[in-house]
Amino acid sequence: MDFVKWGLNPWGQNVLTHVSWTMFWASLFAGVMFFVAHAGYMLLSAHRGRPAGETDRLEASHSSLPTRIERHSLMARLFHWVMAAAMFVLLFTAFLPVAGVKFAWVTWHWAAGLVLTASIIFHILHASFWLDFWSIWVGPKDIPELKAEILRELGQQVPGPKSGKYPLGNRLYHSAIVLAGLAAVVTGVLMMSRVRTPLFTRNPYMFGDVTWGVTYVTHGFAGVGLVGLVIAHVYFAVRPEKWWITKSMILGWITRRQYLEHHEPDRWSVPANPPTSRT
Amino acid sequence: MAVIHDVMPAFELFQPGSISDAVALLNRYGASAWVMAGGLDSFDWLKDRIKRPSVVVDLSQVQGLRGIKAANGGLEIGAGTTLTELARDPQVRDNFGLLAEAAELVASPQIRNQGTIGGNVSQDTRCWYYRAGWSCYRAGGNICYADSPTAINREHAILDADRCVAVNPSDTAPALVALDAQMVIQSASGERIVNAEDYFIGPGVDITRMTVLAPGELLKAIRIPPTWAGAQFYFEKVRDRNVWDFPLLNVAAAAKYSGENIAGIRVVINAAAARPLRLHAVEAAVIGKPRNEETATLAGQLAIQGAQALRYNGYKIPLMRNLVKRAIRGGSGTWTS
Repeated sequence: MDFVKWGLNPWGQNVLTHVSWTMFWASLFAGVMFFVAHAGYMLLSAHRGRPAGETDRLEASHSSLPTRIERHSLMARLFHWVMAAAMFVLLFTAFLPVAGVKFAWVTWHWAAGLVLTASIIFHILHASFWLDFWSIWVGPKDIPELKAEILRELGQQVPGPKSGKYPLGNRLYHSAIVLAGLAAVVTGVLMMSRVRTPLFTRNPYMFGDVTWGVTYVTHGFAGVGLVGLVIAHVYFAVRPEKWWITKSMILGWITRRQYLEHHEPDRWSVPANPPTSRT
Repeated sequence: MAVIHDVMPAFELFQPGSISDAVALLNRYGASAWVMAGGLDSFDWLKDRIKRPSVVVDLSQVQGLRGIKAANGGLEIGAGTTLTELARDPQVRDNFGLLAEAAELVASPQIRNQGTIGGNVSQDTRCWYYRAGWSCYRAGGNICYADSPTAINREHAILDADRCVAVNPSDTAPALVALDAQMVIQSASGERIVNAEDYFIGPGVDITRMTVLAPGELLKAIRIPPTWAGAQFYFEKVRDRNVWDFPLLNVAAAAKYSGENIAGIRVVINAAAARPLRLHAVEAAVIGKPRNEETATLAGQLAIQGAQALRYNGYKIPLMRNLVKRAIRGGSGTWTS
């Protein structure tokens, strides 16, 4: 199986040209196999939520919390769905022709790419200045949570930490999508200089053949990687036990009980309702 | 890169005697099979070692692909019919003179004796960057060498370019689109009919192919409906050498009149893009108008809307405007019926 494609330039040099499209089929296969394997595993998996009794006690002791807890602001939700729409347009325009569905895809592709780029820039600024920037990243501080999650997967009741605002899997996924997404966006913007757009004059010789080859191959690997990642993301979004998270990305809030059942109040602090004044 | 013109790389040669055998071979070998009709383009590719198929399916022995017969009030032309046979056929000359004229302007008499209508409409582009074997977009790479600041691109596209600026070099293709022909494509899974207008595809849809023919498929015949039989036709080809050359541009038109006014018309230009372009805006604008200088000028201006010149092919824009103008008004070419 080829991983990349090579070509011949006018100087008789072999240069990288593209990722091999067999990688697309491999990523598609891996994505589908992942959800089949995970769905099978989840039929046997232990329940991962906090035990009902413990949640009851927590709810009693946190009765001052609002009944609806904001998980995603309107701006964050708008970003997410705009980015999702752009990502789907990008993946379908990139890979439907590879799968044999032929249509004029290039303009749709770069236009969706610009929407994605703009939404990512917005997200970086929004997350840096208006959200809790570090809540989505993973680091050494998450090792106790990782251990606890593994033990819970093995069916043990573990008193260890629950997640902060974002579950560990969510944060790991975010890291992967940042890597693949940024690679696709940066290389894609560079590749726009090779196609005709109304935005700027074409410059096919901005880089040499070798640099262009690396750019195209990086874009290709990021693209095929995103196929698998998006399949995994959609799969988790529609899983019954994750639906409360998906719903929060639509409505913006979760219930107090969901908050206490799945999150560690110490790691995701939610302000309590202001006390009602007594007359 | 050294190009060896005297020896072809080895391949397995098949010479089927029937359409079903040919299709079975194409189905068996898929993308690794090269379909050869007259062989006029094939041998260049093979000798230059740019295309290296492991299998060549030579259609010259398939009698079922040859001949012209009346069908449904129009004609059915076997894809293996030679261009000379096509140009001389009385049925074609009497009813669809546009196609006869276009076929007669292809290359040289020797080439027309050997070349087929199927090969002429399905031939690959003449872009020499592509034919040099470099990995341009059309060859599966990531650059168009013809659309760069220093490229020699006098013959390349002024319309409909999408990364690749190669053009379709066929003379008969625009005539078939103007006549509303249908292409009969045979594969192991059956027969499909594609309008000539949809048979040719641009780089935006598939940058590595000029037609919708997929591996395993064979262009079996071309059907011309009676719609435009006996209409007035115009064909003009502009080329560097009038004795023998590919078109810099060509135009094909079929028109019907009601009194002095144009009642119906199809105008098609080729070698301006990677596929023959039917000029819908021109057709819509001139229907109901008289065939005169004013209408022709309007048509010429409409035709070049959106045209974009490369470094050396700016001349094609006024040339196209004038060809379309003459196709409406009549000019150095002649309207025939």
